Order: sequence, then C-alpha cells, then structure tokens
Amino acid sequence: MMSLQSYLILAALLFSIGLAGALTRRNAVLVLVGIELMLNAANLNFIAFWRFGPHPEALTGILFALFSIGIAAAEAAVGLSLIIAIQRHYQTTSLDRVDSLKG
Amino acid sequence: MGTMVNILGLIPGLPLLAAGVSALAPRRCRRLSAGLAIGAMALAFLLSLAAFAETLQRHGEQARQVFNFPWFQFGDAWLQLGWVLDPLAAVMLVMVTFVGLVIFIYSVGYMAQDANFTRFFTFLSLFAGAMLGVVIANSLLLLFICWELVGLTSYLLIGFWFHKPSAAAAAKKAFVTTRVGDIALLLGMVWLYAKTGTLLFYDHGQGCLEAPVLAKAFPIDEFGDLPLLGIALLIFVGAMGKSGQVPLHVWLPDAMEGPTPVSALIHAATMVAAGVFLVARVFALMKPNWAAFVGPHAWVSLPPPDATLVITWVGAITAVFAALIAVAQTDIKRILAYSTVSQLGYMMLGLGVGGVAVGMFHLITHAFFKALLFLGAGSVIHGVHEEQDIRRMGGLRRFMPVTFATYAIGMLALAGFPLLFSGFWSKDEILHAAHSWPVSRWPFYLGLFGALLTAFYMTRQVCCVFFGNQRAPVAEAETVQADKAQAPHESPKVMTVPLLLLAAGAILLGFVGTPAWPWFQSFLEGESPALDWGRLVAGGTLGLMVVSSLVVFTGLGLGWWLYGRRPRRSATDADALERLMPEVFGVLRGKFFVDELYEATVIRWHAAWAQCCDLLDRWVWGGLVLGAQFGTLGLSWLSKLCDDWVVNLGFDRSCDGIQRSARFTCALQDGQVHNYLRALALAFAVLVLLLTWACAG
Repeated sequence: MMSLQSYLILAALLFSIGLAGALTRRNAVLVLVGIELMLNAANLNFIAFWRFGPHPEALTGILFALFSIGIAAAEAAVGLSLIIAIQRHYQTTSLDRVDSLKG
Repeated sequence: MGTMVNILGLIPGLPLLAAGVSALAPRRCRRLSAGLAIGAMALAFLLSLAAFAETLQRHGEQARQVFNFPWFQFGDAWLQLGWVLDPLAAVMLVMVTFVGLVIFIYSVGYMAQDANFTRFFTFLSLFAGAMLGVVIANSLLLLFICWELVGLTSYLLIGFWFHKPSAAAAAKKAFVTTRVGDIALLLGMVWLYAKTGTLLFYDHGQGCLEAPVLAKAFPIDEFGDLPLLGIALLIFVGAMGKSGQVPLHVWLPDAMEGPTPVSALIHAATMVAAGVFLVARVFALMKPNWAAFVGPHAWVSLPPPDATLVITWVGAITAVFAALIAVAQTDIKRILAYSTVSQLGYMMLGLGVGGVAVGMFHLITHAFFKALLFLGAGSVIHGVHEEQDIRRMGGLRRFMPVTFATYAIGMLALAGFPLLFSGFWSKDEILHAAHSWPVSRWPFYLGLFGALLTAFYMTRQVCCVFFGNQRAPVAEAETVQADKAQAPHESPKVMTVPLLLLAAGAILLGFVGTPAWPWFQSFLEGESPALDWGRLVAGGTLGLMVVSSLVVFTGLGLGWWLYGRRPRRSATDADALERLMPEVFGVLRGKFFVDELYEATVIRWHAAWAQCCDLLDRWVWGGLVLGAQFGTLGLSWLSKLCDDWVVNLGFDRSCDGIQRSARFTCALQDGQVHNYLRALALAFAVLVLLLTWACAG
C-alpha cells in the first residue's frame, strides 16, 4: 500500500512536467498537451485525497475526476479546433507568430 | 367732383415716366429721349389745358377740387397726400408745361452738339415732373418732396458740364445755399404738423389752410398768434432760398454755369418761381384772414402783425439790390440772372402788399418774357460761338434779325414799356398795390427805383449786344477763311420758333390782367371778371401808370444816352458808367461783395469750425479709438500668454502622461501567449509560497 505522499509527489511531478511543457513549447498542440498533463495531475490529486480521506465510501472524489475528464475532453476539442483554425488562417501553429491581439 | 382732378397726377407722372425710360435708354438713343421728353411734355400741356378749362367753368369755392389718398400709417394717424386743382394750380400748370415744352424744343437745337444729349433730356423731364408735382401738391409734405427733387435736378443741371470746375462749384453752391432755406421750410412744416395735425392744404374743412383748423390750432390773443407767425416766416425762408431773395440770392447768378435752356427753364421761369408759388399757396398762413375765423375782435381796427410785412420788405430790398448789381455786369446771362433775382423780389413785394393775384400775375408774365430773354441770350451765345461777354459782342442786329426782334420784345416787356407789353401791366399792378400799402410808402419808392434800374440795365445790355460795331477779338477775324466760319449767324428754326412763341406770350399775356379787365385776378379769386374802362382812371390808377411810364422812359433814355449814343468801340474800353462814377461802378461790378462777405464770414467760420471738428475727431475721438485699440491688443496678448503657458502647457503635460501609461500597458499586452502563461505560472508559484508560509505560520 502506497502512502498519500507518493501520490501527491507523482501528481506534483506530473504538474511540473505539464507546466514546463506548456511554458517551453512553441507549438500550440504541444502546449495543449502540457495543459492536459497539468489537468490530469489535478485529477490524480482528487482521487488520492478521496481515497485517503475520512469518507472513502462516498463517491465524491471519483465523481469530481469524471466531470473533470469530461470537461477536459470538451476543452481539448475546442482547443484543437481553435488550433486548426489558426493553422488555416496563419499557415502556422507556432504561438510566437500569433500575436495579433497585442496592445 | 370733376374728372380732371382724378387724373391730375398724370401731369407730373408723364414727364417722370419719360425721365425713367430715357434714364434706362442707351446713350445713342438721342431721338428717343428727346421725343419722349417732348411728347410727355406735350401731353402734360394738353392735360393742363383740359384742367384749366374745367377750372374756368367753376366759380367761388367750387373752383377748388381736391383728390386725397392715404400714403402710410404711423401711430394711429394716416399720413395723407393729394393734389389740388384750383385756379392757382391751373394757371401754374399751363405756364410750366407751355414754357417747358417750348424750352424742350429749343434744347433740341441748342444741345445738338452735346455728347450727353440723352442725359440732358432725362434731367429735364425729371425736373418738369418734379416741378409739376410742386404745383399740384395738396400736401405740404408732397410739395416738399417735389421741392427737394426740383432742387436735386437743379443741382444736376447746373453741374451738367461738370468737367468745368466753375460749373461743379456753382452746382454745389446752389445746393448748399438752397439747403439753408429748405431746413427752415422743413422746420416750419414740422411745426405746422405739430400744431394742426395735418399737412393737407385743403381737405373739406379739415386742411391746414382752412379756417376751422386754423381757428382751432391757433388761439388768438391780443397780439395775434406767434406760433403762426413763426411757421409762416420759416416757410417764407424756404421760399427765399429757392427764389433767390437777399441774402440767399448768391447761388442764382452762379447757376448760369448750366446750359442756357436750363437757365431759362429752371433759373428764370419755373423753379425759382416755386418759392413765390409756395408763398401764394400757403397765403392763408402768411396773411391769416383773422375776421373770418375768429369773428370780430377787440383789435379789429388794428390787425396783428403777419408775415407779409417781412415778405414785402425782403421783396422790395431784393428788387433794388439785384437790379443795382445787374447794372454793372458784363456776362449776358449774369445780367439776366440778377434781373431774375430782382423780378422775384418784385413778385414777393406783390404778394406782400397785394396778395396772391398780384404776385402771381407778375410770376406768369415774367416766366414768359424771362424765358424768352434767356433763350434769346442762348441764341446769341450760340450765334457768336459760346461767347458770353457783352463787351465782345455788338452789332448782332444785322446777323440775327429774329433773335434781335424777339429779344427786344422780351427786353421791353421786362423793362415795363407802357401799354403794349405784359411786364408793364403786371409791374404796374405791384406798384399800385405798394402805393396803397398802409404800413409804409418806402416799398413803393424802392419798386419805382427798381423799375428805373431795370429799364436802364436792359437798355445797356441790348445796346452792347445788338447795336454798334462788331467787337469780336481781332485775332479771330484776321484770316479770311476764319472770318467766314467765325461770323455770327442766326440760329436754326428749332431755336427761333420757340422764341417767336414766347414773344407772342410776352406781349399778349398782359391783356388778361389790365385794370380795365382784371380777368386773371378775378379768376384766381374765383370771381367772374367784368370789363370796366372806368377803373383805368379811377383811384389814381392812371396817375400811377403815367408815373411808372415816365420812370421807364427815363431808364430807357438814360441807357440810350450812355450806351446807345456812342457805342463802345472795343472790348477793352471802360464802361460808360464806369467813366462817370468809377467807385460806385466798382462796388456794383463786385456785386456788393456779398460773395466776398460770405467768404470772409460764413465760409471762414465754417472752415474754422470744420477745423475744430477735424481736430476733435483726429485727436479726441481718434485717440479714444486708438486707446481702445491698444487696450484690446494688450488684453489679447495677455489672453494669448495665458493660453500658451497655462492651458496649453497643462494639457500637453497630461496628454504626455496618458501616452506614457498607454505605451506601458501596450507593452504588457504583447499578444505572446507564453508571456501570459509565464505570468500565470509566476503568480501560481507565489500563491503556493504564500499558502505554504501561511500554513507554516
């Protein structure tokens, strides 16, 4: 039986990797991937806190995770379609070049 | 109500219309403008004759017909204008239109060479319209309007040859001098309106000349009514200005700078008579019929003083004064001009001592023979190539027989040659009235002396112009060819026929006003005339006639003795009278130095006053304006500084601040998604650290 700390460390690692990916990658798809990683790190935390929490019999944690995954799916769909639109319009997916909204 | 009075307005209207049309016509339409002017005048003459005929059939009060119409409203009163047809107006209408027509025709010949022929006839028509307006006006206001128009045309026509400085100056002088009188007339008119509330002369009992209104407006105390006297005198001063009475006579001789037909029409026959006519028109103010509108009164035995006293004296003095000056003049037209002034004095004298009929009779006869004399003088001037100096004429009798004959008739009429000529009858009547004037006998003596002078200076003029040898300057007659061209010649028919017409008038008119058959006087007073040979001898009339005839013969004889017996040989000889009495002659030739007196007094004061006004204007008012200008400039400088250094600077600073902050926020919002993400991450890290620190705390 693994302890709560190990889950949390895993989740923290996953989040950090996702953040690093989102911050360092120029490609919009890879940034999206990083964001998904950070989201899943959060889901992992939900599950872990639920499993090691005071009321494991109530299904609150898993429900949170399920909703979050559903929303993440929708978000991914929106994000990818945005990226396709950007690709069609600017002929690129590099976020450096998409800066029309600057002041 | 007759029909003529309703269309009486056409009589001045037609010439005015002709003036309007020919004013718009191009300059080359000489025939058109002359035709229009003469046609309109001929029509006006026919209408005047019709009006005259209608007046003839009426008697007494019925003889006066009026046509009034409202002009405009002010306050709650209507200002009314109108015209009147009465014997006075009818006689003047016929005289003005006839003399005018004759002179218009004459002008066609006289002005034939002038470049501004069209303009001349425009002015003449305008003048005729205005003059006829004066004659028919039934309102002092309408009369005044036409009066001013007449003055304007007089100015325009005197200055017709305005390229001559003397003509321009004469026009100005005439305008300014008559203005002195016109101001008085205007004041009198306003005063009269204030007193009576109407300016209509006759309005079925409501006019300002009619007894009910006069009785109401002028309550009469023991000494007569002073406002009435004041109004009458003011109006008379207006008449003095127009009719050239002393001391406002100075403009009339100078007015001879205009073309000769103008002198004949305006400055001899019609316009200058307008003053006399005005006095005759408002005679009810000049000599109120006291008994008729206040009834018997305490002073019935001694009527209060009225304006006729002044009129008589001014007239008598003018008659002699101008006749004296005429004796020593050398310009043919100037002699006639002074003679006109003198005769106008006679008319005023006649009005003063004898009433309307006496003065008007002389006005009418004078109009004919003076127009004749002027046109004759014009013919002479034309014949001797624009020479006006009688010293350089002479012997013209042989060259210009028609002109000589008609001129002689005019001269005898003016001198008052007994029995045959109109001037004798009209002048005799004035003398007769003056003889029986109760106040003083002096006007009568002055009148007799004036008659003597008139006969004398006319004889002098005729002798110089028509008798003796020709005295044209030798240089001009030297070459044979020039002699042919320079020789005096008779004028064309278009000029001599009017002379003959006027000569007929100058003779025949006298017989309508002789003491035996005073048709003219009865007509003016609305009575029916009667032939009575007995009146010729009754009441000292015959004696007076003999005396005045003797006076005239003396004048003629003196003139002949001095100038006819031994005609002057050359143009530069001294005058015969000058040899006898050089000092007196000098004074007379200098016109009593009235012009010089005015030059030294009125004009100098005027110039000094103008200088004062100029200084005041330049330094006081101008200084004020300049000060205001600099004040405004200073204020605007201050305002500019305030704008530049306070408002603008503050604004600029705040604009700069906004721009800088905008630049900073722009830099933040750079469109790079990664930068936003970085900010998010940094903020997240800080949040975590804070939470950690808080939990640990």
